[in-house]
Amino acid sequence: MPDASEIEVNGKRYPVHYHPETPLLYVLRDELALTGAKYGCGEGQCGSCTVLIGGQPRRSCQIPVSAAVGKPVTTIEGLEKDGRLHPVQQAFIDAGAFQCAYCTPGMIISSVGLLQSNPSPSSDQIAQFLQGNICRCGTHPRIVEAVHQAAKTMQERAR
Amino acid sequence: MNGPTSNQPEKLTVEPERYELTSGPIHHFEVARREFFKLLGAGIAVFAVAKKSQAAQETAPSHGFHPQDLPTDIAAWLHIGEDGTVTAFCGKVEIGQNIRTSLAQTVADELRVPFESVRMVMGDTALTPFDAGTFGSRTTPTMTPQLRRVASAARDLLIEAAAKEWNVSPNSVKAANAKLTDPASGRTLTYAALARGKTLAQNLPAEDPVTPPPGWTVAGKPLPKVDARDFVTGRHQYTPDLHPAGMLYGKVLRPPSFGAALAVYDDSAAKMVTGAVIVRDGDFVAAAAPTEREANAALAAIRVQWKEDPPKTSSREIFSYLKNNAEPKTNDRHRQQRGSVEAALAGAAHRLDATYNIAYIAHAPLEPRAALAEWSGEKLTVWTGSQRPFGVRGELADTLHIPESDVRVIVPDTGSAYGGKHTGDAAIEAARLARAAHRPVKVVWTREEEFTWAYFRPAGVIEVKSAIGPDGKLVAWDFHNYHSGSSGIETPYAVPNLRTEYHSVPLVLRSGSYRGLAATANHFARETHMDALAHSANIDPLEFRLKNLEDARLRAVLEAAAKTFGWPRAKRQNVGFGIAAGNEKGSYVATCAEIAVDKNSGAVRIVRLVTAFECGAIVNPDGLRNQVIGANIQGLGGALFEAIEFENGRITNPRFSRYRVPRFRDIPDIEAVLLDRKDIAPAGAGETPIMAVAPAIGNAIFNATAQRLNNLPLVPNGLKKA
Repeated sequence: MPDASEIEVNGKRYPVHYHPETPLLYVLRDELALTGAKYGCGEGQCGSCTVLIGGQPRRSCQIPVSAAVGKPVTTIEGLEKDGRLHPVQQAFIDAGAFQCAYCTPGMIISSVGLLQSNPSPSSDQIAQFLQGNICRCGTHPRIVEAVHQAAKTMQERAR
Repeated sequence: MNGPTSNQPEKLTVEPERYELTSGPIHHFEVARREFFKLLGAGIAVFAVAKKSQAAQETAPSHGFHPQDLPTDIAAWLHIGEDGTVTAFCGKVEIGQNIRTSLAQTVADELRVPFESVRMVMGDTALTPFDAGTFGSRTTPTMTPQLRRVASAARDLLIEAAAKEWNVSPNSVKAANAKLTDPASGRTLTYAALARGKTLAQNLPAEDPVTPPPGWTVAGKPLPKVDARDFVTGRHQYTPDLHPAGMLYGKVLRPPSFGAALAVYDDSAAKMVTGAVIVRDGDFVAAAAPTEREANAALAAIRVQWKEDPPKTSSREIFSYLKNNAEPKTNDRHRQQRGSVEAALAGAAHRLDATYNIAYIAHAPLEPRAALAEWSGEKLTVWTGSQRPFGVRGELADTLHIPESDVRVIVPDTGSAYGGKHTGDAAIEAARLARAAHRPVKVVWTREEEFTWAYFRPAGVIEVKSAIGPDGKLVAWDFHNYHSGSSGIETPYAVPNLRTEYHSVPLVLRSGSYRGLAATANHFARETHMDALAHSANIDPLEFRLKNLEDARLRAVLEAAAKTFGWPRAKRQNVGFGIAAGNEKGSYVATCAEIAVDKNSGAVRIVRLVTAFECGAIVNPDGLRNQVIGANIQGLGGALFEAIEFENGRITNPRFSRYRVPRFRDIPDIEAVLLDRKDIAPAGAGETPIMAVAPAIGNAIFNATAQRLNNLPLVPNGLKKA
């Protein structure tokens, strides 16, 4: 067993005992019991495991935990602040943008990442950005609608 | 234990449509009346007796319980607590189709309580009445009326109790908003007050009329999904998210190919892996360890050799294989005949024959098969994402040789299924490992396992011979489905000389249910063929269908889709328009498609879909719209590019990087036109909206290019240049 290292997730520091090559996803889910990020494919193709690393959306099934050391990680569990949902979370509820909702944490985190870099994306830009996130229930149009709604809310709040 | 069922696809009998099997398991009610109140607290419990005919599909006779305690044909029960909370119980499961919401709406509506006060307990074999499974679009037509009856019976009970207390006639007592009122005196009593201090359980023959759709107040509304906040915060725990203390991670050693048998086995090195538990039971080889990494390491250290015996065909030759290996005799149940097809074909004005091929496809639910198993002495509890909690309980009892009464199966709201989660494979694997490990064990299939060891929507070959008269009316229809199934095989079009026949073929790959079953394949063949007939007779495809159609509900969806779409559309270069329709399981669908072809690359882009859908009275228009649009999008995958490839008993594209599913940039503009028929009892909606997508697109491609595509998927590699 290698020496314990530390990662920062949702503003909290956690010691990590898993092997440094273990994908971040397994450390989050199995060691830290943060199960919001999901396993969907293990090859970075479905986006269910998306988390923010240093503010950027990343596929946590493809990133060894050692590569996340020293960079703040945000998971779906870290978006809600003081009982208040992030505007993207609220927009997903308002648009009814889920069915089985297994892809939802990854969709929300990816959308948060998109809106950080592009506060007012077009529908084509949303589709392009979320191309790597699979929804098997076919809720895509509502997800695009939710991202538009969230963008609007965030811009209004920023004003 | 015999090897898991996933290891022996070729030994299974032909069973392309699992849920058409009707054999019911032995029934146990574990919750005695005393325990019921212990569990839920004091209050009023109502067990409604469903009418035999209505219960037949979903319930089985009860054993091992005193008949005076519970009647025999219960499909649902509910409890009103001292705080007014209503808990309704049914054995259905939530897999993304949103029935936790629509069923709660139904209960609230009939009981006259606020939607927020109703909690649904679902899919738990220890707490809910027996249910055959959540499939076949049956929840709304069968469970909704039963929950209405139990709620209506409970309301009557409350009214009677209040009437007695006030010494008035029950007919004068009004129920609304969880309250009873005597209008004459103005006295009121809440349901909670009536439930206080009581442990009153009643078996009621729920014969009362239930509220018809025009009188609905909570049902029929677009209420948001129950527990939505848990889904957007990551708080909801799907089966793979469960992690009780002391749990081990289980992994199964899969054979290299279908049908392989274990020839050499040596686990001496694997036994040195600290903390790992190794199980070999027949051909089942698996390991459990404190981390997934260690479980994989233990498996890797086991030395095995397999004797391979793969199916003698591949995805390249599967269609001729199916045709050549059909059972010589067909089942009467699978044959329909009238008039003389041969005579009519021989003398017809226009004759058209064609063959259609349908590839194997995978469900690919984003939550892979998973289970957590925990033993407590002889008692086993398994959490698993399944459409058949009671069926999985039976599978566990059978494979582990234990009584069903020792098994409890709980289904957390699941990351989708689409017909793919009928079997208990992961549950059996986890339970077998947990028994050896004396610890809870969780098994979560990898995506590759999911693509390989689950089951597929079966491939098929469909042969059609047909003829129309000089007036454009069908005179002969001869339709044969090989292997893919008989659902939706009957044509809704009027034709005097008809034969439809399903020919079974021994399984090549493990096959089972899929959203819509074979109806998608049969609709594709029929609606493509109808389009070709219309073209050969030089009649507009919509007009041709209407000319041959008497069914008013099917005509209505065709006309509604056409109106919204703007049919017929003026022809433009490299753009095409197609239409298709059908009915199945009591609901009606028509889809219009607009596609664009890139002449240089051969790429086909779906520009627009309009789907009109009618399933009787709508319970939740928002949930229904999600299902209809979702089915259209899922249908795009099977229509355009999804296909399982296999060779030498191996799936050769078992990954999302090799098996293409619809993604954001594949999604066209989609409109769902929902026809609300308040005069017709609601039917299910999970499946039928998928059925007209593929033929509408194929017909649109023909309209644009004059290329008639008769195989699903239509354009896995784009269009070949004409």
